[in-house]
Amino acid sequence: MAPEEEIAEEEARVEKAVERDGIAISVRNLKNSFGEQVVHEGLNLDVRKGEILGVVGGSGTGKSVLMRSIIGLQTPDEGEVHVFGESMIGRLDDEALAIRKRWGVLFQGGALFSTLTVAENVEVPIREYYPNIGPKLRDEIAAYKIRMTGLPAEAGPKYPAELSGGMKKRAGLARALALDPDLLFLDEPTAGLDPIGAAAFDDQTRKLQQTLGLTVFLITHDLDTLYSICDRVAVLADRKVTAVGTIDELLATDHPWIQEYFNGPRGRAATAAVAREKDKRR
Amino acid sequence: MSETFWGAPSFDRADGPFRLAVQPIMDHTTALMNKAADLAQEVREGRTVIRLSGNLSIACLNDLPDRLDAVEGPVDTIDLSDVDYMDTIGAWVLHRTIKRLGARIESDKCDAERLIAAVGRVDEPVNIRPDYIPPWQRVVGQIGEAVVNSGTTLLGLLGFFGGTLVATWNVIRHPGRFRINAVVQRFEVVGVSALGIIGLMSFLIGIVIAQQGSVQLRQFGMEMLTINLVGRLTFRELGVLMTAIMVAGRSGSAFAAQLGTMKLTEEVDAMRTIGVSPMEALVLPRTLAVVVMMPLLSFYASIVAIIGGGFLCAVSLDIPPITFVQRLREVVPIHDLWVGLIKAPVFGVIIALAGCFQGMQVKANAEEVGLRTTSAVVQAIFLVIVLDAFFAVFFTWVGWN
Repeated sequence: MAPEEEIAEEEARVEKAVERDGIAISVRNLKNSFGEQVVHEGLNLDVRKGEILGVVGGSGTGKSVLMRSIIGLQTPDEGEVHVFGESMIGRLDDEALAIRKRWGVLFQGGALFSTLTVAENVEVPIREYYPNIGPKLRDEIAAYKIRMTGLPAEAGPKYPAELSGGMKKRAGLARALALDPDLLFLDEPTAGLDPIGAAAFDDQTRKLQQTLGLTVFLITHDLDTLYSICDRVAVLADRKVTAVGTIDELLATDHPWIQEYFNGPRGRAATAAVAREKDKRR
Repeated sequence: MSETFWGAPSFDRADGPFRLAVQPIMDHTTALMNKAADLAQEVREGRTVIRLSGNLSIACLNDLPDRLDAVEGPVDTIDLSDVDYMDTIGAWVLHRTIKRLGARIESDKCDAERLIAAVGRVDEPVNIRPDYIPPWQRVVGQIGEAVVNSGTTLLGLLGFFGGTLVATWNVIRHPGRFRINAVVQRFEVVGVSALGIIGLMSFLIGIVIAQQGSVQLRQFGMEMLTINLVGRLTFRELGVLMTAIMVAGRSGSAFAAQLGTMKLTEEVDAMRTIGVSPMEALVLPRTLAVVVMMPLLSFYASIVAIIGGGFLCAVSLDIPPITFVQRLREVVPIHDLWVGLIKAPVFGVIIALAGCFQGMQVKANAEEVGLRTTSAVVQAIFLVIVLDAFFAVFFTWVGWN
């Protein structure tokens, strides 16, 4: 067999395996630009069902733009985005509605509606998509969602302005989880939280992901988050996804940015912390 | 075995709106699961059993929660063997039913039990809305709050005025600290940039006054008195008042928004730590700029309003401009000009202080900047008009009628 054929066969095999495992999001040949500035070009990315995919990259590499392209807030110049096998580009809002019910998004600042209480915020998606659910059941659902994300019961009737940064993120998470989505987008969930709060949030994310079988698309700068909860990490650099894989796999590449990122002082500290944690468990 | 099917035709419901909406995006496995949730009550070996089937997720629950609520006890077992899929909302509905009926779960899937246990762990009453306060109580509370607020604001404004005086005194003692560049820059923003809009407004006001006045005065055959009306009114009151309102809207609001944003981004705190007094660097230049610009602008506004009045007199009353100016010189005493020019800088102080004071009060968030800007303008205009009334009494007392 000629070597080219062998490679092609191998590729087909891998593709089949991926299909069997299931792909939640597939991005192909994405191009995004703002005026002269090209943010993405020829970007490809697959997110598998049931995994936590961490997305990292330097400032301005378009991590948030990638997320916005996937969830349809930004129309890319070129390329294809499929979520659960459905194309998301050029779809009317009504058509994409069914997909929208299946994902939840946590924006960087929480993006809570400031005129509604935390519990009312959680009720908004339920009220909007499932008006057949009665007010009593809706209140109950909001209540357990709030408790599930680790907020105290007293937070329910509070307005967003009365919450701390960490509580806002949790409230945003509760709203993102209101419809029991299959897919969760988190944009820098631990940014601005203290280390204890950030670790607790990571822990919560992991637990929820396992309990609910979520697929999580997680943008982060936090190395501890990457090490402790991400199954795979995608690195954005040079306008595309330069590498995807577990952290060990990424460390095996010789891309200078990846090396600097994971082998810098902060990266080494996070590695050491994970190693210590593993030792303790033994 | 007696079987009672509740809502047997509900299989048709699987073709209902939900299925249609969801169908196009579902992959094969979920499409199979997309069966409406249903329940059947049966008796097995003398025990009541509720058998659930279908997809217990938010999209397919339909009226299942209500039907479960309608089930009267005692129920021994809830059988989940026919349930294809469950999300936390389905689990919650089951959890509360189990809690109410004291039934136990029978299932061949440990996932379902795990999920029900997971939502059960976070079962705790949570208030959705803040506690209800009766309207009369709320109204009384709001009135009290407003009274306290206006008291503290007035006091704060007075304190701020004192702070500005202290800063002025400091700058007089150390003239090197006077920020001439900042002041001159404000001159442009407050004064020169406002010339267009204030000019246009005054011209139109002059026309309106002359037109309305002439219609009334014509009834007495004294159209010539229109000139008295336009001349005296604009110099004494309208020129300075309209300018004050315009400057409050343009510059007072800008001051509040600028300083408020600087407070939010901690620029003001940074200034303090470097040893620069925000009063001297931010408030004083702005106050000085408005105080200097107000008399100039209001004189300009009065002149343009007179031109507007003269224009109307020439066009519709056939009073030639020469006559208009001659008559104006006869009927408008010079102290009318002084009345306007004395009031202008005082109004300027009020506008600048209200703007800067409200800006410096911003503490929490961006929303507050908007609120403070609004109250800066409202406060400035209100205080200007109140003070104008006092001035009117004062000048009458002095004899400048």
